[in-house]
Amino acid sequence: MLLEVEKLSVGIARINPLSDISFGVDKGEILGLVGESGSGKSLTALAVTGLLPLIGGRVTAGSIRFDGTELVTQPEAALRKLRGKRIAFITQNPMTALDPVQRIGPQVDIMSRLHLGKSASDARARTVDILTQLRIPEAAAICEAYPHQLSGGMKQRIVIAMALAGEPDLIVADEPTTALDVTVQAQIIHILATLVRERGLALILITHDMGVVAQVCDKVAVLYAGRLAEARAVFPLFATPAHPYTHALVDCIPRANMAPGALSGIPGAVPSVARYPEGCRFHPRCPAAQDRCKTVVPAPMPYAADGMIACHHPLEGGPHG
Amino acid sequence: MTSTVAPPSIRHSRLGQIAVIRALFTVKGAIAGGWILALVLVAVFAPYLTSYGYDIQNLPNAFSPPDATHWLGTDEFGRDVLTRMMYGARTSLTVSSVAIGISVFIGMVLGAAAGYFGGRFDRAVTVVVDLTWSFPEILVALILVAIIGPGVTGTMAAIAVAYLAQFTRLTRAQIMAIKNETYVEAARSLGASHTHILFRHLIPNALAPVLVSAMLATGDAIILEATLGFFGLGAQPPTPSWGGMMSSGTALMFRAPWIIIIPGLAVAITVIAINLYGDALIRALDLRNRMREG
Repeated sequence: MLLEVEKLSVGIARINPLSDISFGVDKGEILGLVGESGSGKSLTALAVTGLLPLIGGRVTAGSIRFDGTELVTQPEAALRKLRGKRIAFITQNPMTALDPVQRIGPQVDIMSRLHLGKSASDARARTVDILTQLRIPEAAAICEAYPHQLSGGMKQRIVIAMALAGEPDLIVADEPTTALDVTVQAQIIHILATLVRERGLALILITHDMGVVAQVCDKVAVLYAGRLAEARAVFPLFATPAHPYTHALVDCIPRANMAPGALSGIPGAVPSVARYPEGCRFHPRCPAAQDRCKTVVPAPMPYAADGMIACHHPLEGGPHG
Repeated sequence: MTSTVAPPSIRHSRLGQIAVIRALFTVKGAIAGGWILALVLVAVFAPYLTSYGYDIQNLPNAFSPPDATHWLGTDEFGRDVLTRMMYGARTSLTVSSVAIGISVFIGMVLGAAAGYFGGRFDRAVTVVVDLTWSFPEILVALILVAIIGPGVTGTMAAIAVAYLAQFTRLTRAQIMAIKNETYVEAARSLGASHTHILFRHLIPNALAPVLVSAMLATGDAIILEATLGFFGLGAQPPTPSWGGMMSSGTALMFRAPWIIIIPGLAVAITVIAINLYGDALIRALDLRNRMREG
């Protein structure tokens, strides 16, 4: 495994928004990290990139091993050397992820200069090359533009280019397409998936779009209220979701042959960090909840071939209807 | 598909993008900027523009009103007022702009570091800065000149310190407003150091309002310099300064009114010009902000 996260817990001030998260991703693999807003997806991304101090958080337990190195105990200086060069992060909002007063070119150039030690002119040649690979027309002209002159999809590709320029092994993409319109979303996801296959990168794709997950991911980790609900390969997860929450998420995907009005949501909302319920955090919304679920926290247990599930009453297999 | 078409507006003139120049494209901005530019040129080329020396006395010709030989008259020692005005512009402009330059530089570094890193350093800077902020600039300047001693250097240092609080506070507030922007987080997540983020991302983004504020403060600094000169604490005789000229003119206000009126007018017009140009600059920069959001 290139990246292995084990029993990771994160604390911010006196609250513990993330506990006992485990997942792994290898080269050439795409891991989908899914869950509703507030389930801790972005926090997990910050933990993996060592950026928790940015929001005043810290890892309280567990380990994050990247290519054999334990990241949790690394000092900031060592983490900074990893960031951009080995682990790249694609932030949530492409509209604001670029410096408004700098031209596009220098913003991408700096990545090759900083991490690969390229000269200014080599770096620019490389920038143009990467932008062209990402199917940006007239890449040389775009380098002279300011971010406000570009469309959202274009900006997101620039952000991806910045992430790629350092030749990382792992890319963490935090909802890279949420701010874009649907057709551009598909393009961006396609570009990312192609890059993973061609370059043997590892990609953690954070999203709440189950459709995207089904299309491009190899593995899925489902988070709920700061805990891991289920982590499995993508096909069995969609075919036979074992956790009631995963089942409900899969049920929320609109399908073409659905009767009008048949699309269901999940009643209730993700509890806020300050009001996590006792026991299984999903029990107030769970159709299968029993008394034990209200008091005892289900520990993540191995499930099926290489999966994990944290549920007292996993749904039995059988094709999902 | 909008995302695949290169915007046509990418290659427009770089000159037109510079707000300092675009501010000249309005009537007010052009008049004000023209006056400032003319003043700077006169100050720089003073020795070539006048045949008189600023310290050459001609006592028999003292108190001569403006005429063809002395366009702005002569003072109590028979020195040509126009010549002294030109050299006075040198003192005024150099002292005020250098002082504000130093103030802006130190203020930006202090304010940026305080705003970005926060914590104890921020609290220390804020306390000291707020302390000087609570006194009027003139008072701070007077105290400092009293400590450092009168003269050009003393005046510069005094003005620089008097305005330091303003730029530190402004920069700090700007940095605090933008330090949590996604592009800062993005830069961090791709391996940028604190220095890189401060100097390449944060300070350039905080620059516009500080630039305008520095422009307007230069106007105030000219008044402050003239005030210190008026009290005899600025440039020492025979080096002319507008404030010093006004000071010597007070006693002769009724006998030779031009000696005090002319430097007074020069200060007033220059300060008004700087303010008008500052306004034009604000407008030019706002335009850019609107484009940025679009």
